[in-house]
Amino acid sequence: MSADTAVSLAPVVAMTGITIRFPGVLALDNVDFALRPGEVHALMGENGAGKSTLIKALTGVYAIDEGTIVVAGEPRVFTQTADAQDAGISTVYQEVNLCTNLSVGENIMLGHEVRRGAGIDWKATHRAAAAHLESLGQHLDTRSLLSTHSIALQQLVAISRAMVLDAKVLILDEPTSSLDRDEVEQLFTVIRDLRDTGVAILFVSHFLDQIYEISDRITVLRNGKLIGEYPIEDLPRGALVSRMIGRELDELEALSSVSARDIDRSGEPTLRATGLGRRGILEPADLSVYEGEVVGIAGLLGSGRTELVRLVYGADRPDSGQITVDGVATKVSSPRQAIDQHIAFSSENRRAEGIIADLSVAENIVLGIQARRGALRKVSRAEQDAVVAEYIEALGIRPADPNAIAGNLSGGNQQKVLLGRWLATAPKLLILDEPTRGIDVGAKADIQRKVAELSAAGLSVIFISSELEEVLRLAQRVVVMRDRRAIGELDARGVDLDGLIDYIANKSEADKSEGSAA
Amino acid sequence: MKKLLKHRLFWPIIALLTLIVVNTIARPQFIAVTVRDGQLYGALIDILRNSAPLMLVALGMTVVIATRGIDLSVGAIMAVSGAVALTIIGGSDDPDNIGTVLVALVAALGVSLILGAWNGFLVAVVGIQPIIATLVLMLAGRGVALLITDGFITTVNSAPYSFIASGYLLFLPVAFLISLAAIAIVALFERRTALGVLTEAVGINPEASRLAGVRSRGIIFSAYLSSGLLAGIAGIIYSANIRAADANATGQFIELYAILAVVLGGTSLMGGKFTIAGTVVGVLTIQTLEMTILFLGVPPAQSPVFFAIVVVVVVVVQSPQLHRWVRRAMTSRSHTDTTSKTEVAS
Repeated sequence: MSADTAVSLAPVVAMTGITIRFPGVLALDNVDFALRPGEVHALMGENGAGKSTLIKALTGVYAIDEGTIVVAGEPRVFTQTADAQDAGISTVYQEVNLCTNLSVGENIMLGHEVRRGAGIDWKATHRAAAAHLESLGQHLDTRSLLSTHSIALQQLVAISRAMVLDAKVLILDEPTSSLDRDEVEQLFTVIRDLRDTGVAILFVSHFLDQIYEISDRITVLRNGKLIGEYPIEDLPRGALVSRMIGRELDELEALSSVSARDIDRSGEPTLRATGLGRRGILEPADLSVYEGEVVGIAGLLGSGRTELVRLVYGADRPDSGQITVDGVATKVSSPRQAIDQHIAFSSENRRAEGIIADLSVAENIVLGIQARRGALRKVSRAEQDAVVAEYIEALGIRPADPNAIAGNLSGGNQQKVLLGRWLATAPKLLILDEPTRGIDVGAKADIQRKVAELSAAGLSVIFISSELEEVLRLAQRVVVMRDRRAIGELDARGVDLDGLIDYIANKSEADKSEGSAA
Repeated sequence: MKKLLKHRLFWPIIALLTLIVVNTIARPQFIAVTVRDGQLYGALIDILRNSAPLMLVALGMTVVIATRGIDLSVGAIMAVSGAVALTIIGGSDDPDNIGTVLVALVAALGVSLILGAWNGFLVAVVGIQPIIATLVLMLAGRGVALLITDGFITTVNSAPYSFIASGYLLFLPVAFLISLAAIAIVALFERRTALGVLTEAVGINPEASRLAGVRSRGIIFSAYLSSGLLAGIAGIIYSANIRAADANATGQFIELYAILAVVLGGTSLMGGKFTIAGTVVGVLTIQTLEMTILFLGVPPAQSPVFFAIVVVVVVVVQSPQLHRWVRRAMTSRSHTDTTSKTEVAS
């Protein structure tokens, strides 16, 4: 509907011939991009295609080397983010970009507090913040610390903050990667409302379903070049994906499912956790993983899936339950102890709990081995070079430069670096929490393929993902969680996507029985 | 050339060289080094010798700062160390006996290690914020030193002890040789073992390091331990130089000068990446500046202001923000050129 009206309107943002060079890289090469009022415009491309760079040019983070930016008919030169904000452009970034040590209300209203004389009227400020949150359908205590809320809620706070700035252009960079289904619906309602009031919305997401649900128009980038701009109805999914990756086949579709692989469960499991729990965090839960098995954990965000594996790994201390590794009772109350048992854990929070941003790719990969050996037995240069070269090659890390600073890599490549760090320690059990969140199709396929390959070779894996297709494709068994408890366990052969969704949503606690859906 | 400009030590070294050049222009004998009785003399040699205590303290501070910490107690540890050594020597029958001096040194360094361990315990085990944890000892340490010396300034004449500060070996001042050895040992320890990179990992991202299995507690503890030990050695050199243990004057404000040296050298106070070589340059810059004040005859009343002005200039010239502004000013000029061109074209 609004797509038709949008065509007739002059663009609110017109970027022409944008070129940005980084040392050794042409990040954007003569790219044109236009945003019209009252449209949701999806910017698509694999990681490294130039999406983030284009957004950063539009928000004043990067200075452009060539080209022009015209906002509402006025040529603009952005030298800092405040310039873009003054022009009415607001952004919600991929990974939450707020002050977690401030309250929810302070974060929303920062710089726009309600004043009373020389001071701030905190009561009114919090009331205004609450009103903004309510328009998103959220009822939070605005005086609570932001850090006490889940990433999903923090994301909604970030969106509320952008609304406070009363933007003409709202940029949403991967806003849904941390949200569950209901929250996404809520967000989309808000986006549609904003669109209908004439706000131009730039939307970036890796979820194709969401792109097709919300967008009016799509611009595709590849390798820093503009591939084209299309009305949504003219670009079916297959065509979109092939334009994004420049290959004709969707790699994910080509991946064969390994869920039907037979697992020998006669011996002792690699890991068995019984009654593992912690008050207020997780009801006591059971979990076992056998050699060569991939166990998926399915559930919505906040269902306790992350909490369960953190207890297994000793990242948080359990207050009940036992763990056996290969049949031997073991105490795991710190990551060190888990690592000594050859358990590896890759956190869902890549930036805060995974990558060491200022260190090089090589140092990040070797960190796992080095930590196990201790400070005094340094991994020799030759050994480091060999290990790093092996994993850069095996996982396809780009750039393939061991000395690149890890923090500068794209999300998908950082994830591969972390996978390399853990694989280098030769674990028996690998726990992957959302390893494919917010990364591009190619890297996703690479990681899934690697997991399938490693488990076939005998590695035990616990795999958590919000994308249930992924879980069903990789796992032989799926543990389902809801409301901080494990509500059941399914044989992946006996269930399809709809069945799993139904189980997550509707399975009542009364008929909790192992493998009942099989 | 561009690579040279980008090197992290480029600006610190330029600052140091500029100071030396200014001094040399003012009075050319500044760079003169002469040999007398098998000993080197000259302003540059004085700088190297006088910089020893600050060098030792700044080395320890570098490692502590890399862990996201800070050690305010180094001056107090110097005072305690000097007090212990001189009290033992002063209390003995034969202050010139090498055995006595050795006992004094071992005791002083032992006490310094204990004080460093105390800081490490508070920060790494108890989890107190570093600035508060080391503030405790900064305030209490001088009191301990006063207790040891009974409230007096203990003066001692001991030839072997004085040798540490004013003696010469192989043409060079002993104090300088000690700091040279400390630089080499710290650099070897940090870079030949994995201590350096693990320290950086803990400083950059403590939680990610913990989940990666790094024993951050031990790493942080060892940083404060070595800072304590190095401050202890600095205290010995200082007290050997003035032949007295002055609980109040010893190492006064040295923690601040050490922090300044670390920052001048290019290590961020936010922790993480650190550079030993940078700290060495930073210390020499500060010491050269102090020498400049003497050399140019800046009146004592004006010297603190002079010092501060030069430090501000050096810090501003090094700041990445200034470099960014300069670059932006240059590119935006070429920017406006291109935009005006396109406007004409369209």
